[in-house]
Order: sequence, then C-alpha cells, then structure tokens
Amino acid sequence: MNPGKGAAGRSPLLLWLRSNALQVGITAVAIVIWAIFAIGSPETFFRPNIYQAFMSTTPFFGIMALPLTMVVIAREIDLSFPSIMTVSMWVFASVMMATGNLALALPLMLLMGVGAGMLNGIIVAKIGVPSLVVTIGTSFFWRGVVKVLTGGTGTSLLPTRETFFYDVFVGRLFGFIPMQMVWMVLFALFCWLLLNRHRFGAHVYLTGDNADSARLMGVDVDRTKIGVFGLAGFAAAFAGLVASLEVTYYWPTLGEGYLLNTLSSVFLGGTSVFGGIGTLYGTFVASFIVGAINAGIVAIGMSGFWTELIYGLILVLSVVTQTLVGRRIR
Amino acid sequence: MAEPTVRLIHVSKSFGEVKSLQEINLEVYPGEVVGLLGDNGAGKSTLIKIITGYYQPDPGGEIYFHGQRFDHLTVAKARQLGVETVYQEKALADDQSVWRNMFMGRELANRWGMLDIGKMRSITQQMMTQHMGFTSKAVSPDTPVRTMSGGERQGIAITRALHFEAELIILDEPTMALSLSETRKVLDFIAGIAQAGKAGIFIDHNIFHVYPVVDRIVVLDRGRIAGEFKKADVTLDELIDRLYRVARTGRLEQEKKP
Repeated sequence: MNPGKGAAGRSPLLLWLRSNALQVGITAVAIVIWAIFAIGSPETFFRPNIYQAFMSTTPFFGIMALPLTMVVIAREIDLSFPSIMTVSMWVFASVMMATGNLALALPLMLLMGVGAGMLNGIIVAKIGVPSLVVTIGTSFFWRGVVKVLTGGTGTSLLPTRETFFYDVFVGRLFGFIPMQMVWMVLFALFCWLLLNRHRFGAHVYLTGDNADSARLMGVDVDRTKIGVFGLAGFAAAFAGLVASLEVTYYWPTLGEGYLLNTLSSVFLGGTSVFGGIGTLYGTFVASFIVGAINAGIVAIGMSGFWTELIYGLILVLSVVTQTLVGRRIR
Repeated sequence: MAEPTVRLIHVSKSFGEVKSLQEINLEVYPGEVVGLLGDNGAGKSTLIKIITGYYQPDPGGEIYFHGQRFDHLTVAKARQLGVETVYQEKALADDQSVWRNMFMGRELANRWGMLDIGKMRSITQQMMTQHMGFTSKAVSPDTPVRTMSGGERQGIAITRALHFEAELIILDEPTMALSLSETRKVLDFIAGIAQAGKAGIFIDHNIFHVYPVVDRIVVLDRGRIAGEFKKADVTLDELIDRLYRVARTGRLEQEKKP
C-alpha cells in the first residue's frame, strides 16, 4: 500500500515537537514561573532555603499526583485519595500505639491504602459505576470512618522521633535534602518504568484511549483499572505517612487541602481529561510549579488566601488549554 | 476434504427476549474467503463476536476450530487459535503510536513484563515499509495514528492481523469510510487471504465489494441463514435479485429447487 494524503508534510522536527509538546511546554512554563518569582523576590529565590522548603512539602502531594496521572490516563479519576491518606495513617497510628512496632505498622498501613484503592477499582471496573461518583462516595466513607473511630482527636507520632524509621522517611540526606524528596524521585522512576517500559503501562494507555478496542484485542481492561486504583491507594498511604511524620503528629484531617493541588499538578502536567495522553515527567515538573506558586505567593507578599483561587484557576486553565490545543491537532 | 478452520453448529444467541441469531450452521475452510451479506440487524456482528469469543452462544450451540470443540471460547483463546478481526468501527487507539497499536494486547515483553520496545519498533518499521508501502521518513513507528488517513489506519489494522499468523481473518466492513483507491487496496488484501491458504470472513453490505473477492457467499437475514452458495454458481445480477427477494420475503429462492 502507498501512504495516503496523511503522510504528506510531516517533518521529523515537527513530529518530535508534537510527540514531546507536553514535556517541552511544561518545562517552559516552569522556567517562566521561576523567572517571575526570581525577579519579584530575588533575595528569596537565590537562596537554597526556599528550595529545601519545596523539596520538603511538594512530595506530600507530588507522590500522590504520580499514580493519579496513571488513573487519569486510564480515563478514570480518583477523588478519594485524601481520605485514603487519613484512614491508612489511622491504621499506622493505631498499630503503633497498640504494639509500638513500626515494622508492623508500616505494611498494615500500606495494605489499608492498596485495599481502599483496589476497592475503588473493583467498583469501577466490575460493577461499572463511573469513578467520579464512586470515589466521591468512598471519600466520604473513609473520612467518616476515621471521624467515628478517632472522635476527631489526633495521635502524637513522637515515638517515631530519633528512630531509624523516621530518618529513612523524613530525615535530611547530607543534612540538606529531605528524604521525602528522595522517595518521590524513586517513586517517580518506579512509576515511569511501570507506565513507559512495562506491559501494564502500555495497557493503561490503551485502556484510556480506546477501552472497547483494547478489550477486543485481549487487554484485561478491568485488571488494568483495578491496578491503577490500587497503586493510587498505595501512594496515598505513603504520602500520608511522610506528611504526618514531618510534623510528628497524625491529624484525622490529614489529606484535606491536598485535593486541589494534586489534581492541579496532574492536569497542569498535560495529562488529558479524555484519557490516553499524559506523562509522569509533566506531572513531576507541574507538582513543583504548584508547590512553588504556594511559596511564591507568600514570598512576593500576597496573602495566602490567594493560593486556592490560583490553584483553581490553574486547573481550569490547563484543562481548557489542553482541550483547545487537542481539538486543533485533531 | 480438509477440516474447516471454523465450524459452527446450531449456534443461537439471544439478548433477553431478542433472538439475534437462530440455529446458525457455518463452516469456513482454509484457503477460502466467505462473504457474509445481510442487512443492518441481520446478526452479522453478533455472529462475529461469537466466533471471536466476545459473546458466548446460547446453550446448545457448538463451536469447533480445526475439528476441536471449544465450550467456553474467550477473546484470548480465540486469538490464540489465530482468529483476527479487522473492525468497521475504530479498532485503533488514536493517540497512541503505530507500534503500540500494532502490538495492542500482545506486547513483546520479558518474563517480568518489561517491554522490548526496540524490537516492537523495528518489526513495525519493517511491516510499514514492506507491507504498507510507507517510505516517507516523516512517518515512523512512533507516529500517533490519529494523524494518519483512513486507509493508512485500516492498513495498520490489517497488517496487524497478518503479522500475527492469523488462521481466520474476519473483516467487519473494513471499507467503511474509505476512499475508492484505499478501498481497492483493502480488497486486494482480502483476495490475498485465500492465496496465503488462510480462511477469511468478509462482512459488508456493499455487494459490489464482496462479490469480486470471495469464494462463497452466505446471506444472513433476521438472525437466520437465508441462503448459501458458491460464487461460481451465481452471477452478480442473479445475486442482487436474490438479495432483494430476501429483503422482501426473507427467502432467497421463489421456490425450492429440486
């Protein structure tokens, strides 16, 4: 067969730009925003302290944004992760209080996260309820479970202080780099391998792009969906742990306030709301942009009340831009 | 005579009260392409989805591949048996690259599931230049299929079927939404199925596409087989006459031949 009309007018450079447009775009956005802040507040942005602060707080939602990217690529959504954070961390705090055994509390906590995530996945894939509705429901459910069980009172994590466990998760590498940042990088590499170099990731893209066809071609769409939700639950539990250890306290309200910046990171990073398109690189960079905006707003002297407004704006603008750009390519 | 590649005996399929297929008996032999003709709603797509393992037939129906009976045919099992389908509706994942589409559902991977992307890309490149005639440097295995023309996309679906050593290739209205010259290419390929000693089922409601490339024609009407004949026994004009009769009366012949 000969190539048809579609083959004409495609230069290699254009093709490279098109297939990497998301990454190029988000990198440019990051540089521009950094420049704005650096000009607006050079005394803050040319000192290392601010970057240590970014590396300390961004992983709390950045770790979560990575698997959430995969959920969105699979054309689903998870709004329940803030509640999975708190219910998993409640398991950790309770086991720690009851046994004092951190090596037991950790796996049970992660199991709780994976289990809650997979429950979302099973309801979505096997019963066929839209994930938006399912995860709003499970979000209230798990938050409610925690409220009932704790009566709203938190648990001090002081027993973890001065332990190896604490240093491994939220210590400072070389006295400077927060360990949660190291974990976020490791987790990003793991997710990248899974999404881009593993059969599972190939199925995630196919599921989000054309689930019917994928199913007809032998892709186990249900298992893929349950898998991404399970991974999101795992990350929620882990992110909840580092966020709580950092402040050495388990608040039952843990996770509240992470919904908007996590979702903003995913969509600002170029992941399509329509599924099938998205990169972890984009999410990774975008989560630092989102983190920087929070710090930057304060640093250049605006009120902290602005952050929510700006995150909301970022979220809406990024999905609108994506849709408009996508329509032009199509 | 050789065993048929696929044989259906008394296959019916109901969806609730609706009987989509009733008592279908059908055989397709290696080296022949069977044209499946029928109006919308005649049950063509249901029949195909039974052969590909997507639907299970009602109890009592039997499915054989190469003489062996399969009671619970699944999509995975059917593919393992060499059943490949080229669909009318979009069979590709539009935003994914050519190689990801080519290997959809059976990615080359090691035993830990890590993909062998280099090999998939090079096989795809080879297929694109050898079977699909892509010579332009601008189209690579990494090109998203959304940017390609309808004919190019159908070419990917068909080449995908060819590459995986299909025994039975099912073409479900593959020429829908294609230009004349692109349709020609697809029809050439269909004629090539029999030459390669493979079996084919070609579904279309355009009789002018079906007649030239098939060996046998099966007419489906309201879930039943209304008639079946060898192409050698019937001219195109006679066939058209009979199809009109089926549409009006549900029968092929005015009276039974002795």
